[in-house]
Amino acid sequence: MEQQQPILQGKNLVKRYGRVTALDHCDFELYPGEILAVIGDNGAGKSTLIKAVSGAVVPDAGEVFLEGKRVNFSSPLDAREHGIETVYQQLAMSPALSIADNMFMGRELRKPGIMGKWLRQLDRPAMEAFAREKLNELGLMTIQNIRQAVETLSGGQRQGVAVARAAAFGSKVIILDEPTAALGVKESRRVLELINDVKSRGQPIVLISHNMPHVFEIADRIHIHRLGKRLCVIRPQDYSMNDAVAFMTGAKEPPQEALAA
Amino acid sequence: MAKTAASGDDYESALAQSSTKVAEFEDTRTGFVHKFQHALHLNPSLVPLIVLLLSIALFGALLGSKFFSPFALTLILQQVQIVGIVAAAQSLVILTAGIDLSVGAIMVLSSVVMGQFTFRYGIPAPISIGAGLACGTACGFVNGFLVARMKLPPFIVTLGMWQIVLASNFLYSGNATIRAQDIAAEAPLLHLFGAKINIGGAVLTVGVLFMVGLVLLLSYVLRHTAWGRHVYAVGDDKDAAELSGVQTDRVLISVYMLSGLICAFAGWALIGRIGSVSPTSGQLANIESITAVVIGGISLFGGRGSILGTLFGALIVGVFTLGLRLLGADAQWTYLLIGILIIAAVAVDQWIRKVSV
Repeated sequence: MEQQQPILQGKNLVKRYGRVTALDHCDFELYPGEILAVIGDNGAGKSTLIKAVSGAVVPDAGEVFLEGKRVNFSSPLDAREHGIETVYQQLAMSPALSIADNMFMGRELRKPGIMGKWLRQLDRPAMEAFAREKLNELGLMTIQNIRQAVETLSGGQRQGVAVARAAAFGSKVIILDEPTAALGVKESRRVLELINDVKSRGQPIVLISHNMPHVFEIADRIHIHRLGKRLCVIRPQDYSMNDAVAFMTGAKEPPQEALAA
Repeated sequence: MAKTAASGDDYESALAQSSTKVAEFEDTRTGFVHKFQHALHLNPSLVPLIVLLLSIALFGALLGSKFFSPFALTLILQQVQIVGIVAAAQSLVILTAGIDLSVGAIMVLSSVVMGQFTFRYGIPAPISIGAGLACGTACGFVNGFLVARMKLPPFIVTLGMWQIVLASNFLYSGNATIRAQDIAAEAPLLHLFGAKINIGGAVLTVGVLFMVGLVLLLSYVLRHTAWGRHVYAVGDDKDAAELSGVQTDRVLISVYMLSGLICAFAGWALIGRIGSVSPTSGQLANIESITAVVIGGISLFGGRGSILGTLFGALIVGVFTLGLRLLGADAQWTYLLIGILIIAAVAVDQWIRKVSV
């Protein structure tokens, strides 16, 4: 796999917030068709790394490549137009708007014919049917009313809606920042199944998670992040969860061959 | 590793038999108060509508046909038209969690531009009116640019613009009023919004029809177009809207520009209402428009409320003003009651929101 060209790549990324260094000359590679897990301590810079490659923050230095071509994302919308869909930790939902409105935020469907073209009317029935279908695929059966405001959902349901949105629209890369953190057993399992579904369609996924069993179960490679940079990349079949946690927290030096990987 | 994964799977094996039905619950809270609260949560503009109908009924009962006539009721519409139009602009800005203190000043400057262009430079009235509308939009653009791009707080930006625009208005016009007779003789188009339409005792003006039409149009746009949803999303949580792909700066600038344009229309309507072009008119439009918005149930924190509520809010103020005057009460009673209404409106808003928690 390493001979392939990465679909999404970051080189030498640096991001500082004032005196705090969040990314310190960090590299990142995602290969086509794989599930790459990113693990690391709290504050290691995982979320900043993901934001830097998805346009939510502009890195101070370094380059991002999509399919080998240099890209400069200045906003999440840029990245989205290139087919990178992200579920952020803070979920990015508008609480007072409905589930369907949130799923289609920024890419609303308009009614066909005069109503849509001249009066620019939204096609609510189509948007609601699509939203319901995507939620059902995810097994989010506990949502009673697709028109209800997102603020009336539980934390887990909100997360489910955010994941459904990314899965429905991401065409090249899907980035999930702790997608199962607030979910119940059943919903977590659904999200993992969904991640495998998406992978089987050939789409690569970046998964940030603290849940080691999940990471070791579905990831093809694991990017271990420590102190603002990539410490090493390991394969789940070569190491145990204990090893991964030891590398991540600095309890154990990473093996030389993993550093090269 | 395989062992860990296998034992990790155990607790999930029961999922195979899990239900696939969409959840349904019997709602046992069927009391009238709860249903009422729920209905209000879904349609926030119901509250001012109910207050409006109650106040019309109250004054109708107290004053009889003196108040409850087509003439008196349409007189209220005429009296609130300017505030109603400006409040529509104010609603848009407040929905994005901002506030526009410069609405009154933009309105007056636009009307002065329309008048002075016609009479000082002899420009044909339609072009002068276009210039006035452009002037209002430009003022709105400055507000929007400073709020969206420079990230300055809307309160500060529009407080400053209020003074700047108002001073420009006095400096440019030289404090001169253009007389109503001159306008009627030379540029009747400036009086367009004051044109009266009589329907069996009811007197409507073009300005009244414009106000109602504008509110209905904005209500459609806010509810049924992508731009309208983006206005709510920006007011609700700007960062979230940005992450989910809304071009928040563009939305904000367009809202302030539209607000400026609507204020310029209000300036045109102002000429129709008072007859002359006066740089000292319309000084209360700021406070009155914010009052209408708040009584109409739009949250000052943004993202919630309906523009129909604003129209009802403006009408409530109009009903109280006329009703109390016909009763012969001191005008201060009007302000006192409006003050109570403002506080009550916010209290009701808080109560409605409890449904969601």
